[in-house]
Amino acid sequence: MFGRLNFEALVHDPITMGGIVGAALAILAIIFFLTYFKKWTWLYKEWLTSLDPKKIGVMYILAATVMLLRGLADAVMMRVQQATSVGSHQGIVSADTFQQVFSAHGTIMIFFVAMGFMFGILNLIVPLQIGARDVAFPFMNSASFWLYIAGALLVNLSLAVGEFSAAGWLAYPPLSELAYSPGVGVDYWIWSLQIAGIGSLLSGVNFLVTIIKMRAPGMTMMKMPIFVWSVLGAMSLVAFAFPILTATLGMLGLDRLMGMHFFTSTLGGNPMMYVNLIWAWGHPEVYILILPAFGIFSELVATFSGKRLFGYKSMVIALMSITILSFLVWLHHFFTMGAGVDVNTFFGIMTMIIAVPTGVKVFNWLFTMYRGRIRFTTPMLWFLGFVTTFTIGGMTGVLMSLPAVDFQVHNSLFLVAHFHNVIIGGVLFGYFAGLSYWFPKITGFRLNEKLGKIAFWCWLIGFLLAFLPLYALGMMGATRRLDHYDASQGWQWLFIIAAVGVVVICAGVAFQVLQLVVSVLQRKSRLDLTGDTWNGRTLEWSVSSPAPEYNFAIIPTVSERDAFWVQKQALAAADPNAKPAKPNYLPIHMPKNTGLGMVIAGFAFLVGFGLIWHIWWLAIIGFVGIVVTLVVRSLDEDTEHVIPVSEIIELETKFAEARSQA
Amino acid sequence: MSNDAEVLAEVQPIIDGDQFQNKTIFGFWVYLMTDLVLFASLFATFAVLHNNTAGGPGGAELFKLPYVLIETILLLTSSFSAGLGQLAARRRDKTQVLIWFGITFVLGAAFLGLELHEFSNLAAEGHSWARSGFLSAFFTLVGTHGAHIASGLIWMALLLVRVAQKGVTPRMIKRLSLLSLFWHMLDVVWIFIFTIVYLLGVL
Repeated sequence: MFGRLNFEALVHDPITMGGIVGAALAILAIIFFLTYFKKWTWLYKEWLTSLDPKKIGVMYILAATVMLLRGLADAVMMRVQQATSVGSHQGIVSADTFQQVFSAHGTIMIFFVAMGFMFGILNLIVPLQIGARDVAFPFMNSASFWLYIAGALLVNLSLAVGEFSAAGWLAYPPLSELAYSPGVGVDYWIWSLQIAGIGSLLSGVNFLVTIIKMRAPGMTMMKMPIFVWSVLGAMSLVAFAFPILTATLGMLGLDRLMGMHFFTSTLGGNPMMYVNLIWAWGHPEVYILILPAFGIFSELVATFSGKRLFGYKSMVIALMSITILSFLVWLHHFFTMGAGVDVNTFFGIMTMIIAVPTGVKVFNWLFTMYRGRIRFTTPMLWFLGFVTTFTIGGMTGVLMSLPAVDFQVHNSLFLVAHFHNVIIGGVLFGYFAGLSYWFPKITGFRLNEKLGKIAFWCWLIGFLLAFLPLYALGMMGATRRLDHYDASQGWQWLFIIAAVGVVVICAGVAFQVLQLVVSVLQRKSRLDLTGDTWNGRTLEWSVSSPAPEYNFAIIPTVSERDAFWVQKQALAAADPNAKPAKPNYLPIHMPKNTGLGMVIAGFAFLVGFGLIWHIWWLAIIGFVGIVVTLVVRSLDEDTEHVIPVSEIIELETKFAEARSQA
Repeated sequence: MSNDAEVLAEVQPIIDGDQFQNKTIFGFWVYLMTDLVLFASLFATFAVLHNNTAGGPGGAELFKLPYVLIETILLLTSSFSAGLGQLAARRRDKTQVLIWFGITFVLGAAFLGLELHEFSNLAAEGHSWARSGFLSAFFTLVGTHGAHIASGLIWMALLLVRVAQKGVTPRMIKRLSLLSLFWHMLDVVWIFIFTIVYLLGVL
């Protein structure tokens, strides 16, 4: 009846139990809060069923923040383990738990933190920047979000029910095959990623179509904001890379469920096939994450330097080159496979070539700052931190692109230091920069700058403390994923510095939380009435903060790059006595709220849970449920509501008055 | 869209033949591309594993080309009838839509039946997916195509019921266009399966 599921699945070691109790208490507290303040209806009607990308974006970011805390807890455990588990001391967790911890850390940080922040920011900003009212397929957007949540829930459920994968964040076979990982851990990994991955794939298609088909009139491709270009590149990569992930996870799942032999070490399976396939997705994936971060930095460096972005065209060419090149370098993740000199040389050279467009971008940003009137705001600090750390990380990457060098440092902590250097220093700093830059646009009030700056310095210093020692350790021969090492190695002091670093990072996170709390409490005095917090250049700053549901009362017509900047210049040059033409508002159609996206994801969760625990009837119910829900949705022909002109006039007049007083 | 007139305006470019004007059709093309990447991954896997028979039978011993040729003819004919159905949909000719897509459904179902028959024969003879890497890749690649055909058939049945009830509304023109695209894509994939899996496997 319940497959492999029994009460033993609920028994765990003390540290895990502590985590479970903590999570349970947090959930109970939220339920109590919602019930006590009678907020369930509000939550359901205003948020959970919303198809408004701005609300979906906020939900993505909240979920990614929760997952960031989970991933950070894993990171702290790893640092403590490696700082203490020396010689006769055994550290704080068992070897098996340690393996689950690093597998969960990588999986969560990439799939549920970085992807969550990215899709959150995309939802919030892309429609506003291209002068659109919505994404191309609002219902699919909601379903994508909920699939992401279903995947995240499965990962967290593994903490309490059963176990998580102990096979690393990419679950290389044959270790991840049934013969060597007979438990449910790898199955949790497969099905949570499969569900979240399909959500990401649908989102990718959605934003690709949104950008290509829904730009405001006059906004030709070469007049798009550079952030939109970066998203276009990233979403093309999603469309081409994520199906590979779907197929690969599917095949590993079939190996484990149906006894197939794709990647087993017996009966004709080929484990290296998996490694090739997973990196054919995995390398584009890191560019999926970093390209939007590049776009964010390009936007804010222009805004805070008070200048147009230097080298727009070269920036576009660089973004598109990176998009294409990212598909031609996957083999550099396993030069040691033994593919031979020719193959390794090709991939080594392609990897080095990627540094060229990236270098172009770095110089473009620096030249944008050159002779600019720079404002050192929090987002700008994140940018400056990014330029320095990311450049270091990029250079260590070029170092490893040489196969001969890579053979020495393969799977060492040098590699771990390298990819954290580009993913924290690049991706995470990028999304933090984006969130602090667009926060007023999202919420309608400004963040506390002082606390934000303290948080930044903690993050930067903590990051350097935590990861620079790992470069040295890698050079000294420390491999990744060590749960224990001998005291004679002389590594411990470096691991202790790294552990101190993660404590400083935790302080940074604490200041970020404090910044959020303080800013919310002070929100009345921090209101952004103008909608144009930073003297911005692109269309999202032309509407009120937060933007109305319909984004633009009248879809703007674009004639130049930096469309809003041009508008402001024209307004300043215009005769102040001339009466502006009276806007001619029309009723606006917007999609109605629906909970069916959530229902689909709920059924997908059941499918995943059923397949993990071999509860076949549950999987079948979930599958049939998805199909039926889709049919029900397709029969509903009344999916829109109309915002009347009177309401638009009211909102727009209120905004105009607030702006003139500010 | 709230009423038929608006949907018709949206659908007009499809009827006129300029499909990419319509964002749903364009989005569906992008989706089809992603589906093709999925198939490409499976084809690549098959190419790598096709000789890994682990001492078991290979394609030459297992595949019967005349049988596969019948499957191919059924599926190609169904694509043709789907095309005629699509033309009828643009003319908003309800009877012909039902006839041609009805024929497509029957041909598609026959194709799927033959494929399942082939699969069950192979499994019954002891050549199941668990026998070797080659057979795992074969069953997964061909089976994924078959699963797509099955979902296409369910979709087609639902649309036909809807057309029978409400006639060829603009909304239905759009949906039948999407279904036709899907069906033709599966046809293209099958040509590759026929060539790479069966022909190259036997020759």
